Amino acid sequence: MSSRETILQRLRNRTGGELTVPECDFSVLVRDDWSTKERIERFEKMIESVHGEVHHCTEDMWMDRLAELLNTRGARNLLIPKQHEIGQALRDAGRDDLPELLIYDEPIESWQGHLFNEVDASITSTRGGIAETGSLILWPNDDEPRLMSLVPPVHIAVLKASELYTTFHEAMKAQNWAAGMPTNALLISGPSKTADIEQTLAYGVHGPKELIVLMIE
Amino acid sequence: MSETAEHTGHHIDVKQFHPRAQAAIHNPKIRKNFRSAMDGLMSKRKTAFEGWDLETLRDLGANVRLRALANLPDLLEQLEEKLTENGIKVHWAVDADEACRIVRDICKARDAKTVIKGKSMVSEEMELNHYLEEQGIEALESDLGEYIVQLADETPSHIIMPAIHKNTGEISQLLHDKTGTDLSNDVEYLTASARQQLREKFMNADVGVSGVNFAVAETGTLCLVENEGNGRMTTTVPPCHIAVTGIEKVVPSMEDVSALLALLTRSATGQHITTYFNMISGPRKAEELDGPEEVHLVLVDNGRSAIYQDDELLDTLRCIRCGACMNHCPVYTRVGGHAYGTTYPGPIGKILMPHLIGLDEGRHLPSASSLCGACGEVCPVKIPIPDLLVRLRQESVDGDKLHPAKVRGHGAKRSSMEAMIWKGWAWMHASAGIYRFGTGAASKFRALQPSKAGAWTDYRTAPKLAAKTLHQRMKERGQ
Repeated sequence: MSSRETILQRLRNRTGGELTVPECDFSVLVRDDWSTKERIERFEKMIESVHGEVHHCTEDMWMDRLAELLNTRGARNLLIPKQHEIGQALRDAGRDDLPELLIYDEPIESWQGHLFNEVDASITSTRGGIAETGSLILWPNDDEPRLMSLVPPVHIAVLKASELYTTFHEAMKAQNWAAGMPTNALLISGPSKTADIEQTLAYGVHGPKELIVLMIE
Repeated sequence: MSETAEHTGHHIDVKQFHPRAQAAIHNPKIRKNFRSAMDGLMSKRKTAFEGWDLETLRDLGANVRLRALANLPDLLEQLEEKLTENGIKVHWAVDADEACRIVRDICKARDAKTVIKGKSMVSEEMELNHYLEEQGIEALESDLGEYIVQLADETPSHIIMPAIHKNTGEISQLLHDKTGTDLSNDVEYLTASARQQLREKFMNADVGVSGVNFAVAETGTLCLVENEGNGRMTTTVPPCHIAVTGIEKVVPSMEDVSALLALLTRSATGQHITTYFNMISGPRKAEELDGPEEVHLVLVDNGRSAIYQDDELLDTLRCIRCGACMNHCPVYTRVGGHAYGTTYPGPIGKILMPHLIGLDEGRHLPSASSLCGACGEVCPVKIPIPDLLVRLRQESVDGDKLHPAKVRGHGAKRSSMEAMIWKGWAWMHASAGIYRFGTGAASKFRALQPSKAGAWTDYRTAPKLAAKTLHQRMKERGQ
């Protein structure tokens, strides 16, 4: 008998007999409907409490703010999506106050060393955010691959204020995650951190040292 | 299970709990490191649940876990089907040794020389690192705490914060000795230096091994909770990802995950959520540019299906590994994680490990508790840990054929002398005449009572027998 069959048989032939299935009432997870303003405030408060940064922007001026943020950090380059409107807009703008724009358009194997050692910042879109915990929802794809939000020391994420959900529970219901998930989905709530050395917080242990949210209102 | 012993040569003797606990109690550094860490964690947890109806949330957590366990075999099959559909290969392991062999075979098939690891308690249970090294495969931990513990050739002393027993100075010295990092008390510097060392390793690793916090049957998704990003690196950078998990980690849907996640991170470290919540549902697709080309899941039983047989013991399997029971345990806080000598320390270890190693080997575990009940009160999924401790204590001295015991090694602590004393005690109390004769005689010869009563009187005065029995006094009062 295979290990699979052995295990399943042991579980099925339980000596204690059939177990009763309890009811699960998820209403405790539901929050009163917060207004957009409340959601924005809560999101900002939560993500700032874990060392994230939020910059309020409009459709017209987010690129100015981005250029400013990158310049103060002395970023030599910025990794952008190829297809997404964020990437398109940045390339079309042809601005000279932005650093060199890089595109992740070949498999990681061909430029791993470069990504790990040479890229200073990246910008990605989001699939919305979660106010209660101050989290960004990312579904990486071929346009914005998984490592884009992980390897560069500065990760900049664009979030539309209108796409802020109150809770994780609400977000997954609204976006119908039960229907199917991508190969990789993420909630990101702040820059990479550790408290493994005597409970002292340190940022950027493996992932980005900084997480900057451009909130488009 | 006997096969598990194959690679347990370096194992700490669990039975030596008492001397280790004694040593820890008299080690001020250990006491201080744990006390300050546990105090911090307790207060952070309390703050994190402010504004929540915690009792109702814990009820939901308990029900979500019970519902999953009630459908466990069906859910495991559904999970396997969904994962397979998604392109993830599923393996089943009856025990730790089989799980190790499965990981080895995947590595060998890829001709892998180096494995980078994300945090996984099941892999600690399997002692995977030592096994792989014996097979000539380098296995390197990438969670900072686990990395430190591995450099020190130790085992984790806490399931969430593996290196909590060490202070900054000790860690600095260790990193200096083992990796050449400059001595420094600057945690940021030490962290940055570890980042640099580990980034190289991520880039060159052939295989990434991780644990799983929740496995979702409906969508075929493996969920990982972490702060550092090493979990994401481990599951994204190497060309092959192997996830190992206990069979009890499966839940029906993402909705269940939303409830458990709300409880897990707040209970563990007082965080509303961790930095990363990583949901993996498949290997890299043809059009994708990164991610592993192969993803495997190893479902490990290793004693869990035995726990599953009994209605009461089953509650042990509800655990979501948050560590809140340790953080709140007065015994754990004083003796630290290493005193137990087991993979899982603290209260959850005391009710889980006896099933994994047997009650003979783990005979001291269920009694290393004052039954104060703190663990049960904070458990996010309401595992009645104190009740389970009592149950295991009964099983460890059990000799009653009428109630067949369930746990391997039961009766290991039974002493015929103790059993005889209790038999005599019961016999004496069952007959009024003998009882009066006995208590009367004890009062009469009370002067002969020893002033010491073993360990009991180390910190207490011995109780003294009264000059007259209660019966005699009542008689004198004419009642």
